[in-house]
Amino acid sequence: MDGLPPFHDVLQQTLLETLRDVAPILLVILVFQFLVLRRRLNKPWRMLKGGLFVVAGLVFFLMGLEQALFPLGRSMAEQLTDPEFVSGAAATGDTIAHWSAYYGVYLFAFSMGAAAVMVEPAVIAVAMKANQLSGGAIHANRLRIAIAVGVGIGIAIGAFRIITGGSLLYFILGAYCIVILQTLFAPRHMIPLAYDSGGVSTSTVTVPIVAALGLGLAANLPGRSPLMDGFGMIAFAVVFPIISVLAFAQFAHWQQRRDNHGGRQHESETDHRPGE
Amino acid sequence: MDASGKGIIQSLLQSSRDILPIAGVVAFFQLVVIGEPLPDALALLQGMLFVIIGLTLFVHGLETGLFPIGESMAQAFARKGSVFWLLLFGFSLGFATTIAEPALIAIAGEAAAVAAEEGRIAGDADSMAAWALGLRIAVALAVGLAIVLGVIRILKGWPLHYLIIGGYGIVVAMTGFAPEEIVGIAYDAGGVTTSTITVPLVTALGVGLSMAIRGRNPAVDGFGLIAFASLTPMMFVMIYGGLF
Repeated sequence: MDGLPPFHDVLQQTLLETLRDVAPILLVILVFQFLVLRRRLNKPWRMLKGGLFVVAGLVFFLMGLEQALFPLGRSMAEQLTDPEFVSGAAATGDTIAHWSAYYGVYLFAFSMGAAAVMVEPAVIAVAMKANQLSGGAIHANRLRIAIAVGVGIGIAIGAFRIITGGSLLYFILGAYCIVILQTLFAPRHMIPLAYDSGGVSTSTVTVPIVAALGLGLAANLPGRSPLMDGFGMIAFAVVFPIISVLAFAQFAHWQQRRDNHGGRQHESETDHRPGE
Repeated sequence: MDASGKGIIQSLLQSSRDILPIAGVVAFFQLVVIGEPLPDALALLQGMLFVIIGLTLFVHGLETGLFPIGESMAQAFARKGSVFWLLLFGFSLGFATTIAEPALIAIAGEAAAVAAEEGRIAGDADSMAAWALGLRIAVALAVGLAIVLGVIRILKGWPLHYLIIGGYGIVVAMTGFAPEEIVGIAYDAGGVTTSTITVPLVTALGVGLSMAIRGRNPAVDGFGLIAFASLTPMMFVMIYGGLF
């Protein structure tokens, strides 16, 4: 895309699309509220105002997306895979260098993924919930670091997969095998939380940048195609926090048992599973 | 009015906080690792500003206008006792929130552009937009179904992990038959669906439901809806890729 189209054209187009995108939510709320629950709206004005804010916000976000988030991911991918930057190995432009030459990509992928998670409100909420569920055995902040490291490693491995051209299925399959093994041993009550933490840790800001990074990598590396290799990074960002949270829960569980062992061995909360 | 002003400032801080660490990492790599100034820095800065303003208004609108009513409806349906309406509401809620999910709009557009570039679909703007919308509808149907499955699970008290592991087994089997070029998009779709709008409303439904049923622990049973919503989109996008 060279040369941005006129601003008001973009605005109008985005506005129309956004109205269409938000309409289903309003429709669902109105239909179920009036026809099924047969209640009146409590504060119709607030809802209308909220809807307008949502539409305006989406319009701005989508314009910023095209102008900042996508170009950012793309340009980082471009610069970090530039043969001149990837010095040393045989990166002559038409052959791909040894995977280890692209350390800049891995470092960037890791730092960005981890940094984004540390401030993600959904992750903070999950961490506090986990602290509560485990009776304090799991520190909220340490769990947040565990999720951040998981996402960072996940995105870095996603970049590694694009660079080496490996099969997405085998990578993801391997990761889920680890999850299954961990599930067999992990403290039961932590499992739903760990599974949810995978989906929760990818935010509206990170997803576009990570996607653009992956597509940019695939476009710039010789022998890789954006369509075949460029997608899949976000999938890694979903699986790896599950692994890191389960590992962390396991670790906290062992530690607690070890600590309890010396003193009174008073309900070690091992198989406390409500609802089963 | 006062409370609303405070709310906006809070969402503004929140969305700036979402962006700052990423901007910091990018700036560090650009200046220290690559050692060159950012190309097009001004346009990027303006775009970032748009993103911050956009997320602020978006989240504020959700929190003041849509979440309160969505949550109260979720609880009302959870208490109502009619399984049919509960499931229909869950499905519609999952579908409608996913259609408006900004991250999904972003990915679907990008996927359509890449697919057109490589000649998989026609390259004109209309067919790209149609393919992207179709992709989003497939994902939205998948999330709706995920909510239905998740609600049934809460009602029946099935253990989550068997269902999830079984689901991933199906995903793996489907990957063998799906067109190769859709697999990456499909796997990514799982992570994209569950962000700004869907998570709070769906979690409210799950927690409200397990509070309404005797013998359920909301802390345990309320979670897990999101896990389904990350799983079914992979299947539906692979089906979509096989059909279109």
